[in-house]
Amino acid sequence: MLPLIPLFPLLGFAINASMGRRLPKAVSGGLASLVMLASFAVSVVVVWQLANLAPTQRLIEQTLYTWIASGDFVLDLTLRVDPLAAVMILVITGIGSLIHIYSTAYMHEESDPEYARYFSYLNLFAFFMLVLVLGANFVVLFVGWEGVGLCSYLLIGFWFEKKSAADAGKKAFVVNRIGDYAFILGTLLLFVRFGTLDFQRIASAVAPLATDPDFGPLSVATLLLFIGATGKSAQIPLYVWLPDAMEGPTPVSALIHAATMVTAGVYMIGRNAVLFSHAPETMAVVAVIGAATALMAGTIGLVQNDIKRVLAYSTVSQLGYMFLAMGVGAFGAGIFHLYTHAFFKACLFLGSGAVIHALHGEQDIRNMGGLKTGLPITYWTFLIGSLAIAGVPGLAGFFSKDEILFETFAHGHTILWTIGILTSLLTATYMFRLVFLTFHGERRHQAPAPEHPEEQEPAAHHADAAQPSHQLHPSHSSHLHDAPSAMALALVVLALGSVLAGYVGIPHALGGGNAIATWLAPSFSARSVTTLAEGQVAEAGQNGRGEAAEGERGLELSLMAVSSIVAFVGIGLAAFIWLKRREIADRMAATFPGVYRLLLNKYYVDEIYDATVVQPIRIVSQEGLWRGVDVHIIDGAVNGTASIVDGSSSLLRRLQSGSVRAYAGSLFIGVVLILGYYLWR
Amino acid sequence: MIPLGNYLVVSAILFAIGTAGVFLRRNLITILLSIEIMLNAVNLSFVAFGRWQGTVDGQIITFFVMTVAAAEAAVGLAIVIALFRHRESLNPDAFTSLKW
Repeated sequence: MLPLIPLFPLLGFAINASMGRRLPKAVSGGLASLVMLASFAVSVVVVWQLANLAPTQRLIEQTLYTWIASGDFVLDLTLRVDPLAAVMILVITGIGSLIHIYSTAYMHEESDPEYARYFSYLNLFAFFMLVLVLGANFVVLFVGWEGVGLCSYLLIGFWFEKKSAADAGKKAFVVNRIGDYAFILGTLLLFVRFGTLDFQRIASAVAPLATDPDFGPLSVATLLLFIGATGKSAQIPLYVWLPDAMEGPTPVSALIHAATMVTAGVYMIGRNAVLFSHAPETMAVVAVIGAATALMAGTIGLVQNDIKRVLAYSTVSQLGYMFLAMGVGAFGAGIFHLYTHAFFKACLFLGSGAVIHALHGEQDIRNMGGLKTGLPITYWTFLIGSLAIAGVPGLAGFFSKDEILFETFAHGHTILWTIGILTSLLTATYMFRLVFLTFHGERRHQAPAPEHPEEQEPAAHHADAAQPSHQLHPSHSSHLHDAPSAMALALVVLALGSVLAGYVGIPHALGGGNAIATWLAPSFSARSVTTLAEGQVAEAGQNGRGEAAEGERGLELSLMAVSSIVAFVGIGLAAFIWLKRREIADRMAATFPGVYRLLLNKYYVDEIYDATVVQPIRIVSQEGLWRGVDVHIIDGAVNGTASIVDGSSSLLRRLQSGSVRAYAGSLFIGVVLILGYYLWR
Repeated sequence: MIPLGNYLVVSAILFAIGTAGVFLRRNLITILLSIEIMLNAVNLSFVAFGRWQGTVDGQIITFFVMTVAAAEAAVGLAIVIALFRHRESLNPDAFTSLKW
């Protein structure tokens, strides 16, 4: 049963990749969506089976075959579902299906072969992500890990005729490679240390050990793994690829940001929770990097003018929250936020896609405004998503974000908590800046020309091409078409999810059971061999948790109040500035031109990387390796060999006069000399 | 009975004449004839050795050599005729195109 989950998308990929160009759109798109839905159905069944087991027994495992057997080292291709993987597969296949369905309408302007190519990549993406979360050891995880990197490259560069898209794809690929390199090193280090790559065996080998004192091997290994995670999950210093990933079609952004890819790093840390909790240094690094990323991305998001770019930075920021949670040891809270974030971020991205679709490729929010009436479905779903991400009480984002902030505070990281709250304020502000500028106020047509005209989506340009027929009817010229039914369906389901997803994790302080934390808990502790002892451990953990919650109930409630107030203040601030007094924003930008430009240019991080990493490498490669080593040494060796042969042959050539008689003479003399030698020796 | 050494001396003289002819004459047909002389010098030594050993091996080899010599003469003359038709010359120094 288990292998079916990844195999369905793989089947869809195989069909669409091999004969998709001959299939009509309805078949290729329908097939791609269908395999995802089938995979979702199988996932639901598997998770249902899992839920029916006793809490400490929740593990379904299937070894497909022994992949590598070399002496003592045996590596099985094993798929394993535990509570953590269960959450992940539901998110990937569930949200993935909705994005597939949405895409059938969004990509409809593409030609048949392009359409099939798009869906084959999408299915492959889902396949690799499922392999990543189902893999029971580091190597299988790494297959998925690399696979999603490849698919992100293919999908970000989907419109590869456009240079900016091809560049963005390349950037994503290269930046990810840097992280992957560290990830491999970390994996090898763990293998050297423990002699196995299976997550559970490593966890049970680590569990009895004392925490790593002072930058021991565990800290180094986990730190290397974390660098890998920063690449995949877009954290400082390797986050730069994610905002550029906007070059891909919008549903792809939704897929990358919500269901797949960026969650991989968070998942990987959650998967190795036992390992990471034994390396306090790494945990501190994770938490600080997470908080710093959250804050930095939040400030950038505040001034960006591209609708998708704002959302991209909000993803980076929310991922920062997840890493913050991981870093303070609140693995359950981090995964919970991953899960709720998947709903509202997919909702927001697909909503932005609907806006771009309706405006024929316009992405600059300065050229939008007043779309509320024209696009009611998009508006309301986008609003719900924004409320959820801002952390308004009662919606998904509130529960998970609050859980993270509470855990951070409870673990004594007051500074990180302050940063978290500040980011929360920023999140509410920039999200509602986006909502107000896009949907409220007057429609602005002739705002400044887009900064990056090349970033507009070709899909929408196709739509432009179809427009003259509309313009024949003057009344239709400013007609806005709301999301088509397939897109609307995905939006509505995701908006519902954004509201309801949080209710699986109502904190104890509000009288809930925090079901998701209990559900996930077994995944974050080592499974001992005897289930009895394990049961006791789990029980003890739960009891401890319960008592703690009792004592901290007041604290949690007050923190909750603080974050709710912050969310409302953020929304209010946004409403005041961008709804009532637009000139305040301009005046603020004019008062602090330095800060504004710093933020608008994303802290010049791309430029700094370009100057400190890219250019030196380029110069060394070009002047040193190419013009020096390659031209002089390697080419020199080859050409030198040739000219030695050439020179010596031009000497030898003189012997070949063409005169048969001279040849016969030299033959004769040679025979005489040889015979003479032997006769008179 | 004439001793073996005499035969070999005659054979060596004949071979030297042939070799000299190959190197010194300026006519392809004469060169072919000189090659025939060399071959026959060798034949003579074969026969002499055979006789000296009291076997027929030398005579058998000689028949082979004569057969090959006949074939070679036929091919060689054909080539010479072809060359002559091509270049109107039988001087071997005129044919130096066997080079790069």
